[in-house]
Amino acid sequence: MITLANISKTFNAGRQNEFTAVKGINLSIAMNTITVLKGPSGSGKTTLLSIIGCMARPTAGRITVQEREITSLPERFLTEIRRNTFGFVFQNFNLIKGVTALENVMFPAFPAGLRHAELQERAMRLLEKLKIASKARQNVESLSGGEQQRTAIARALINEPAVIIADEPTAHLDTELSGEFMDTMAGLHAEGKTILIASHDPLMAESENTHRVIELRDGQIIGEH
Amino acid sequence: MKWLERQRNFIDFTLSSLSRRKGKNAALMLVYTLLVFVISSVIFFTQAIRREAEALLTSAPDMILQRTVAGRHDLIPLSYGEKIKTIRGVKSVQGRLWGYYYHPAAHSNYTVMAADDVTSGDDTAAVGSGVARTWQTAGDNTLYMKAFDGKVLGLRIAKVFSDTTDLVAADLIVVSRATFGRLFGIAGTLATDLAMEIGNQKESATIALKIVQLYPDTRPILREEILRTYAAIFDWRSGYIIVLLSGTALAFIIFAWDKATGLSAEEKIEIGVLKALGWDTSDVLLMKFWEGTVISLTSFLLGVIAGYLHVFFASAPLFAHALKGWAILYPAFKLTPAVNAFQIGTLFFFTVVPYAIITIIPAWRMAITEPDAAMRQI
Repeated sequence: MITLANISKTFNAGRQNEFTAVKGINLSIAMNTITVLKGPSGSGKTTLLSIIGCMARPTAGRITVQEREITSLPERFLTEIRRNTFGFVFQNFNLIKGVTALENVMFPAFPAGLRHAELQERAMRLLEKLKIASKARQNVESLSGGEQQRTAIARALINEPAVIIADEPTAHLDTELSGEFMDTMAGLHAEGKTILIASHDPLMAESENTHRVIELRDGQIIGEH
Repeated sequence: MKWLERQRNFIDFTLSSLSRRKGKNAALMLVYTLLVFVISSVIFFTQAIRREAEALLTSAPDMILQRTVAGRHDLIPLSYGEKIKTIRGVKSVQGRLWGYYYHPAAHSNYTVMAADDVTSGDDTAAVGSGVARTWQTAGDNTLYMKAFDGKVLGLRIAKVFSDTTDLVAADLIVVSRATFGRLFGIAGTLATDLAMEIGNQKESATIALKIVQLYPDTRPILREEILRTYAAIFDWRSGYIIVLLSGTALAFIIFAWDKATGLSAEEKIEIGVLKALGWDTSDVLLMKFWEGTVISLTSFLLGVIAGYLHVFFASAPLFAHALKGWAILYPAFKLTPAVNAFQIGTLFFFTVVPYAIITIIPAWRMAITEPDAAMRQI
């Protein structure tokens, strides 16, 4: 279970351009579910995902991930949780340009100190699973949007996380590729993963695979179904 | 083992990261290597040449006595030596004859010396390789020299000195005392200076004082003074080259500072992504440290190796004229490799270490921000 208690996040506190992206959110997300955070641009979806994924600290409130309170943990422990518990699929995928798909998939596991050959084997297995093994040695810029997306998913899975966080994963994809993405997520859910997606794409919220949709506006939850 | 694998992984990332920004990194490494190359060449060269000169000068006389007239070096009577021999501590006194000869055909000035052990005869000469190279002997292996009275002297070249003495002997012509007298019209009772051997080196200063009291018109020169003078000349010459280099060094510093302190937007996002993917601040710093180390260490090693090859294999063609020799002809010879570990260590410390450190600072600034902020570039 991931629990958020009264979470707020204020940027540029005390300055003229101060703004609060997330305001006093209380939320519990069960493990092994697919949850979609829905809302217009600026509603606080990405900020909320960042906070859940230990990429940003909340200004107020507490977060518990699998019974562990993480809000007050020092940076080193947060990094460890981020690496071992969460896998990220970013908007625009944020793949590192100039290197191959295989290397991109391997990077998140570098600090773990696994044997290089073992790591490469693991990355290749993931690329095979996502049907992109033939493009493993190609630089990511030469891949199509769909291939880049699958590379990003493989990268999110390399450290075998329990939770996959995806921020606007279908923003630049057509309907077919968006459907493909959702099918992949459903497959991962079947393997026991928890999926958290922030998207204003109706395809995500309306997918039959989605278990829960949380609607956000102006940094607050305004509905749920 | 895990630690080693981690380092291997980070180096792997660093190398791929460097190859992604090929142009910028290659330009930086080129300037860096060039700088290390030139500085290390100067260090290798001056070190080797100084050692060579010192080795040659150890066989120099303990003290040289010159006579001065109106503040200028003049011929000294051999009779001075007879009296000096009686000073306690003086082992031997030898009158030396040497001077310069200008050869118009070669447009060169040569050093001519008289020796007692010229066994090949009065009509012969032993010469340095520079003389053999430049004097146009017209195929008969004879030096034709014009004496003080206008007569022509033909001296057969009986011997050419080996390259090892080239530094000081390239322009040397050694003849017998009689021939020297015939060439320059110097009476047998005179010498250019007196070379002395002294039993105990610690007494040199006292003996020099006694000589000056005995002959106030003389000037004693100790071997230590000669060595000091040569060392000063080389230090001055290498300093002069390094001053000329300061422009290159400054260009490098500006370039390196720009490269090392400013992260591009792409690099910033990359750090944010890596942190979001589970890299710790220390992992990012380690990666950047390896990046700085790979660039600086590679440039350093390439520069030092190129400097070594330039000096000891190619005889330093780039700046030999500024640093080499006090013989009038520039000697052509190979230096014996001489490496001063302290100087190379200092060069390493002032090139590799600062660069590796300054690359870490901007990365550290970026790495301590939250990955979310790094990704959004807030």
